[in-house]
Amino acid sequence: MSDKDTDVGRSSGGRPRRVIGTPRPTETQYLLGDDEGAAGPPATPRAERDEDPKKIKKAERVVAFFFGLSLLGSIGFVAAYIAFPVSGMAETALSNRWLGLSMAAAFLGVACGGTYWVRRVMAPRELVEEIHPMPSSVEERRDVVEYFDQGTADSRFLRRPLLRRALLAALVPLGIAPLVLFRDLGPLPGTVLRHTAWKKGMRLVVEGSGRHVRASDLAWPGSYITVIPEGFEHDLEALAKATVMLIKMRPEDLHLPPDKMAWTVDGIIAYSKICTHVGCPAGLYEQQTHRILCPCHQSTFDASRAAEVIFGPATRPLPQLPIGVDSEGYLIALSDFHEPVGPSFWERG
Amino acid sequence: MTPRTSPTRRLIGGTGTYIDERFGSANFVTRSLRKLFPDHWAFLLGEIALYSFVVLLLTGTFLSFFFEPSAEHVTYNGSYENLQGVEMSAAYASTLHISFDVRGGLLMRQIHHWSAIIFIAGIMVHMLRVFFTGAFRKPRELNWVIGVTMFILAFANGFIGYGLPDDLLSGIGLKITQGMAIGIPVVGTYVSFFLFGGEFPGTLLIPRFYILHVLLIPGILLALITAHVVIMWYQKHGNFARKRSTEKTVVGAPFYPYFVAKTGSFFMFVFGVTALMGALVQINPIWLYGPYNPAQITADSQSDFYFGFLEGAVRLMPAWEYSALGHTLTLSIVIPALVIPGLLFTVLLLYPFIEQWVTGDKRHHQLLDRPRNAPTRTGFGMAGVVFYGVLWAAAGNDLFATTFDIPLFATTWFFRIALFVGPVIAFVVAKRVCLGLQRRDRELLEHGVESGIIKRLPSGEFIEVTETPSEEAQAHLEGKKEIPQIALPARDDGGVPAPHSRGVRAKLRAALNRLYTRDEIEVVPAEHHRGEHGEAEHRELSSTE
Ligand code: HEM
Ligand code: FES
Repeated sequence: MSDKDTDVGRSSGGRPRRVIGTPRPTETQYLLGDDEGAAGPPATPRAERDEDPKKIKKAERVVAFFFGLSLLGSIGFVAAYIAFPVSGMAETALSNRWLGLSMAAAFLGVACGGTYWVRRVMAPRELVEEIHPMPSSVEERRDVVEYFDQGTADSRFLRRPLLRRALLAALVPLGIAPLVLFRDLGPLPGTVLRHTAWKKGMRLVVEGSGRHVRASDLAWPGSYITVIPEGFEHDLEALAKATVMLIKMRPEDLHLPPDKMAWTVDGIIAYSKICTHVGCPAGLYEQQTHRILCPCHQSTFDASRAAEVIFGPATRPLPQLPIGVDSEGYLIALSDFHEPVGPSFWERG
Repeated sequence: MTPRTSPTRRLIGGTGTYIDERFGSANFVTRSLRKLFPDHWAFLLGEIALYSFVVLLLTGTFLSFFFEPSAEHVTYNGSYENLQGVEMSAAYASTLHISFDVRGGLLMRQIHHWSAIIFIAGIMVHMLRVFFTGAFRKPRELNWVIGVTMFILAFANGFIGYGLPDDLLSGIGLKITQGMAIGIPVVGTYVSFFLFGGEFPGTLLIPRFYILHVLLIPGILLALITAHVVIMWYQKHGNFARKRSTEKTVVGAPFYPYFVAKTGSFFMFVFGVTALMGALVQINPIWLYGPYNPAQITADSQSDFYFGFLEGAVRLMPAWEYSALGHTLTLSIVIPALVIPGLLFTVLLLYPFIEQWVTGDKRHHQLLDRPRNAPTRTGFGMAGVVFYGVLWAAAGNDLFATTFDIPLFATTWFFRIALFVGPVIAFVVAKRVCLGLQRRDRELLEHGVESGIIKRLPSGEFIEVTETPSEEAQAHLEGKKEIPQIALPARDDGGVPAPHSRGVRAKLRAALNRLYTRDEIEVVPAEHHRGEHGEAEHRELSSTE
């Protein structure tokens, strides 16, 4: 029975008043104590109507119907397993649907049948039981203390300091020594996070296709591609730091200090694609506003002004990769980044 | 056994004798079979969590027969055409294999993921129920601590599981984690290098995560769940005040056959619902995201709901960072990634002890509080809920911005302000509502229930006839227990503060206690009121129709 809406004022025989949140009055049986002999009076059904054999019979049929449904579900499940192969998208979707639906029917059939059985077929019974206080008696507790005391005395642990200290000296390292085993979980960070795969003269290749890049490939202001260092196309550790975006802008739109201006080619500027917030690839470029947006937490950088942060939780600009052109006209790196890429870390300084 | 043997008697008698001769357990078994379970819808919430964990164990075991926890590069040649010939990790390839080449594999994956979500949501709602009804009070504090520990572990395991398939989204999730890890002061880079076995992403993380996900954390959870249920069984389930349901007695249906049948059905129900969701509602379609590649990103990543509050915290944080003496302290990471979850979980873990310290309430509680009867606690809880909710909603600040066409800047600032103002408002409102409801209860007890019947008195005055609430209802309404007030600063005869009320801690405690017990409404049992207001007339009125 639910506690949701219940009769409050039936005393006068008038229309029952309902007050949300108060329990329904029930006739309750007692079951005093929970030791064997003291079982309460034999339980009697709560109300006559609940004993109506016709009603019970009807309810029994409903329960049987649900259990039957469950049986059908199980048969359907085996049938669907045999009937529907998986492979392509469509076949898999079909198999998934029928396997799942028949399985759900099998479980929900038992669930509904079982619930109906409890509510409509089982003789309703609500019992009352006394709760014994949790704490033990004072004597019982004293016994524990006394026994423990005696045991400690018998062991002579407190009286023998050498034994005590030696045991401590043995046990403490036993707990601590294994910690050294964790040392080889990984190498020490060293200065690895300060460097990327880029080196002087290394060609830029397009991520995905592996093509070399010429300045003329980014002919139009607003062009944007992702490039990676040649030879590291399959090196995930390298890519996680060295991925770069190339953006072509009108030279007059670029507002950079002269030294950084020298790192661009024809209005093409290379920024680290690794967001300085927590390291997502900052992949969205809005050409009208020259904004680079990181989709992870919306840090926004101004590509025309050295990728300064203009919004969001990132704390520093995206580092710029110095690029130039080699003798064959391909874009190359002039050096590694001049500062660590990606998120800040304690030793970064 | 009696000669007149029913089939059950024969069955149970046989096995029973076998077991009893070896363990002598008849007494214990009868007591257990007869154990009473109080009935209330809110008591099912814990069972949702329990049974979805079972579903997770079963489906997860099936998945582990096929899943290959390895970052080794392979070229995919399975049934899913769009990715044939693509290079990927063995983990991702085997997840595709489970989805497209194993019959029922996709279903198991989807059920596993849905039940993970239901598991964590179930824990959260169950925890709220326990909080708002004060079920964590003595003697159940330790079970609360176990519960919060399980919550943290479930959360962690969901996160780890999300990282296993090595699709683009799970990889981005790991990258974000690594980016946060290196931001931890002093030890951050070491944590990251030890976790990943070197640089991100490396090849060690997936197998390491796997063993945590399928063995270590589920093993600990299983042990804690067992402890949780055994303790609950032993201490008896708390219940709401009713006529026969008091601090000394518990009302309910016995374990056998009622609770067995009910809870068994409920288990089937949880499994059925997760199966239904697995059949009809797509979740984590990893084949659409593609394999993880550190150079790529998708704009519309959508993580599981329970990461939301962390993500929101990260988004709301201003870009605070300080560098000095060659070191960098990145508060914009430390606060949302460490301080906020640390604070949330610590307060959750310690709440029963904090409240006990403030109220000095060391009584043994069998009866649950109705939330209205503990207004300060309810207010505090609602403040917590709102704080969490604002963080959670803030994870969608870009969605709000695009949907309602407002600048991101505005939504972010809205959430920043709401994070501080919202909980205060929630506290005040919830507390007021509780007090209002308490007054209403008190009125019901004092004046009875309005019957809708108007009577004209001989004097010509019209009054509405009220009826006495039934005993059941009365017991429920009177179930409120006084919250102890600590009278401080107590002074002895000479006007010197008593020793226990001196010192900062004692003053703080006294102040908190005053805050907690302010606006207390006294509970007066119904007999009192009727005595005062003239029972005779009341009776007379209510019997007139
Ligand atoms: C605390 C309970 C658990 C939670 C919250 C949980 C959660 C998750 C989640 C969210 C995933 C990602 C699934 C996807 O969409 O692909 C996952 C994957 C997985 N889980 Fe669990 N899990 C739990 C327990 C287990 C257990 C006990 C096992 C094994 C005995 C297991 C085995 C697996 C396996 C093999 C995968 C990878 C397969 C795949 O991605 O399809 N999980 N888990
Ligand atoms: S990782 Fe780019 S904003 Fe967070």
